Amino acid sequence: MHQLLGLILKRLGFGAITLLVISVIVFSAVEFLPGDLAQQVLGQSATEETVAAFRRELGLDQPSVTRYFIWLADVAHGDFGNSLANGQAVSGLIAQRFANTLFLAGYAAAIAVPIALILGVLAALTRRSLFDRLINILSLGAISMPEFFIAYIMVTLFALKFGWFSPLANVTPEMPLGTRLWATLLPALTLNLVVVAHMMRMTRASILSPMASPYIEMADLKGITPLRVVIRHALPNALAPIINVVALTLAYLVVGVVIVEVVFVYPGLGQLMVDSVAKRDMTVVQACCLIFALTYILLNLTADILAIATNPRLLHPK
Amino acid sequence: MTDKNLLEIRGLKIEGRRDGKVTEIIRGVDITLGEGEVLGLIGESGAGKSTLGLASMGYTRAGCVISEGDIRFRGENLRNLDAAAQRRLRGRRIAYVAQSAAAAFNPAHRLGAQVTEVPVLRSLMTQPQADREAISLFEEVQLPSPVAFGLRYPHQVSGGQLQRAMTAMAMICKPNLIIFDEPTTALDVTTQIEVLTAIKKIVRDHGTAAIYITHDLAVVAQIADRIKVLRYGEEVEEAETARMMAAPRENYTRSLWSVRSFRKQAHTDAQGQPLATIENVIAHYGELKVLDDVSVELHRGRTLAVVGESGSGKTTLARALCGLLPSTSGQVTLSGTSLAPSFRGRRRDQLKSIQMIYQMADTALNARQTVGEIIARPAELFLGKTKPQSFDRARELLDLIGMEPGTFLHRYPGELSGGQKQRVSIARALAAKPELIVCDEVTSALDQIVAEGILKLLDQIQTELGTAFMYITHDLDTVRAIADDVAVMHRGKLVRYGPKEKVLTPPFDPYTELLLSSVPEMRCGWLDDVIESRGQTATA
Repeated sequence: MHQLLGLILKRLGFGAITLLVISVIVFSAVEFLPGDLAQQVLGQSATEETVAAFRRELGLDQPSVTRYFIWLADVAHGDFGNSLANGQAVSGLIAQRFANTLFLAGYAAAIAVPIALILGVLAALTRRSLFDRLINILSLGAISMPEFFIAYIMVTLFALKFGWFSPLANVTPEMPLGTRLWATLLPALTLNLVVVAHMMRMTRASILSPMASPYIEMADLKGITPLRVVIRHALPNALAPIINVVALTLAYLVVGVVIVEVVFVYPGLGQLMVDSVAKRDMTVVQACCLIFALTYILLNLTADILAIATNPRLLHPK
Repeated sequence: MTDKNLLEIRGLKIEGRRDGKVTEIIRGVDITLGEGEVLGLIGESGAGKSTLGLASMGYTRAGCVISEGDIRFRGENLRNLDAAAQRRLRGRRIAYVAQSAAAAFNPAHRLGAQVTEVPVLRSLMTQPQADREAISLFEEVQLPSPVAFGLRYPHQVSGGQLQRAMTAMAMICKPNLIIFDEPTTALDVTTQIEVLTAIKKIVRDHGTAAIYITHDLAVVAQIADRIKVLRYGEEVEEAETARMMAAPRENYTRSLWSVRSFRKQAHTDAQGQPLATIENVIAHYGELKVLDDVSVELHRGRTLAVVGESGSGKTTLARALCGLLPSTSGQVTLSGTSLAPSFRGRRRDQLKSIQMIYQMADTALNARQTVGEIIARPAELFLGKTKPQSFDRARELLDLIGMEPGTFLHRYPGELSGGQKQRVSIARALAAKPELIVCDEVTSALDQIVAEGILKLLDQIQTELGTAFMYITHDLDTVRAIADDVAVMHRGKLVRYGPKEKVLTPPFDPYTELLLSSVPEMRCGWLDDVIESRGQTATA
């Protein structure tokens, strides 16, 4: 058992190091941007004194290394600094947006993951049948279409033509859950069309790879039904790659939904980041980058740990 | 047909279909098996033994189709049953024991759950009843701590234990027929004896009929009432075991017997300076000590056979010699000079002098290179030859190993048979003109007749070129055939070492005694004798 614990601790350590490296990259990326930040924010008409004062206020007169560590220490305490655009605390700005992003991601995942797994198992079970080929072609088609295209088709069809939904997925914190789910159904479905295919295909392939092994033949020779062979004998040995693709998909749902958020004008973190880049609001951009990185790392870490934990060789050493 | 026949196969033909090509795998075979009878199916690989065994459950592997004939089990033609009806028979009335239990048990589930799966699923027993039944079967096949055994995962127990657990799994529904498909082929001789004993006992005690598939005559003679010899999907002959052993009718059957008789001519005595020495070598895999103070010598023109069970450290010894596993202490010398522990620290001419041949020629040959390229490469690398020169060398070597250069030079390994691939591996090792060749179980994956050809080739090479061989094997017959010196290894230690005549002559140390007495002998009743004599020593 302590072997497993050691492995998990090691992975956590690697995760922490990765996050640290990313913080350096995020910080220096902003650092390397051309021009003086204070000058840019205050505009051309600002006097020398105001710029200098603003620089002092932001701490820009300190060397970058010092500033990096101060920034890092603040971030570690949950303080991302203030927005350069409107002076509000970044953490406050981000909190609601991040909650919205997580909501949409969770909503999409709650539909996509079960559908993908079930379709993947069914495809593996009926491999090389008409059904298998059909969902393979459909899923390939779905992957091949760019997400903004799918999004606009959904809007045109269901919002404009049939009028079932509002084309804007605007949500407010006070909205009751039911309304909220309805309001965000279109973006959630759009995301589904993008991610289900990947997970489905990976599930199918992962199940098919143990299907050629002697223990599957043995199960056949024990007279076990095909469905049980797939679910009970093949699936448990195919979990690691499936867990991995699910985790990557979840990460994508949190981090990569910018385009869908923009199309549906959904108040998520991705849209905030796009807006902030346009406004050169660097503290917000830094914070968004870090949160996205953290999400990615955490989800991958979870996948790694789950993959280890579902492997009986590691869970039950000799 | 009579009522008492459990299984009747008549005129069975099975075709293999791949890439539009149809090959006949089974060409009209009959099998008649009564209740409680044990039939041995014997033949080389490719003879169709496994296909036939599986067909008697109404099962064919992907790409195989039963084209003709009847398979009647208790009077019912399995070919007329639908998939669901066949499934009802499998596991319940006809059970299967696979060759490699390590691969045939699902790594994701506990052994107990797998053993009890069928009776619980078919509502023959409740889970607690099935658990109790499993425990009593584990006891019958003499597994250690039978109560706790079912809680373990396949990777937590040894290969021999898994094979016995698989026999218990086959037996749990009290089937009428069990198909044993080479159940001991992958095991060491000392483990094989335990598994054979368990199988024999459980089949006899429960009166279960069985088809026992193997390529080892000595093994099948211990278990079977009758033996059927197969070749190219056809029956060669069938007879009662005792008669088959005493007086085989067909030439092919006799040739299976005579394989074990190959002995190489005695070579020159070990004189003067040894070519290479391994001195007090200790080696570790991580924390685990895998070689413990081993010293052996290798002489020009002589073969040192390193024998032992899997895990005894024989391959590790070869790896230490080649520098693939740097030893922790002790030294390896070649022609009187000490070699660096790791191959990275050795000079090119030192690397050239020691070459290796591996067990699995399939994986040891690059599938994307032609035979010519494979053999020419070391000649180019170690002898500094130009490309045309090295291909000349490849032609010479192909001649030497008895493969027509014109035919084979431009073929790919995938187009060769197992024996031919191993010959190419030998040619590749020879290409660098080495003084010492390490052969790691090079005949273990081959049929006996093919293996004998390889052994004769190695012997011929030694006579012509004076090469020294380190020959790693678990098979004592091979040791008798080709060794000049023998090193017996057990748990990383050298337990017995010297010239062959001395090592294989009593008095023995206990381990060598156990090893030698575990090798199946070509006579009926050998297993019973061994069980009896071991029982006596145990009680005495």
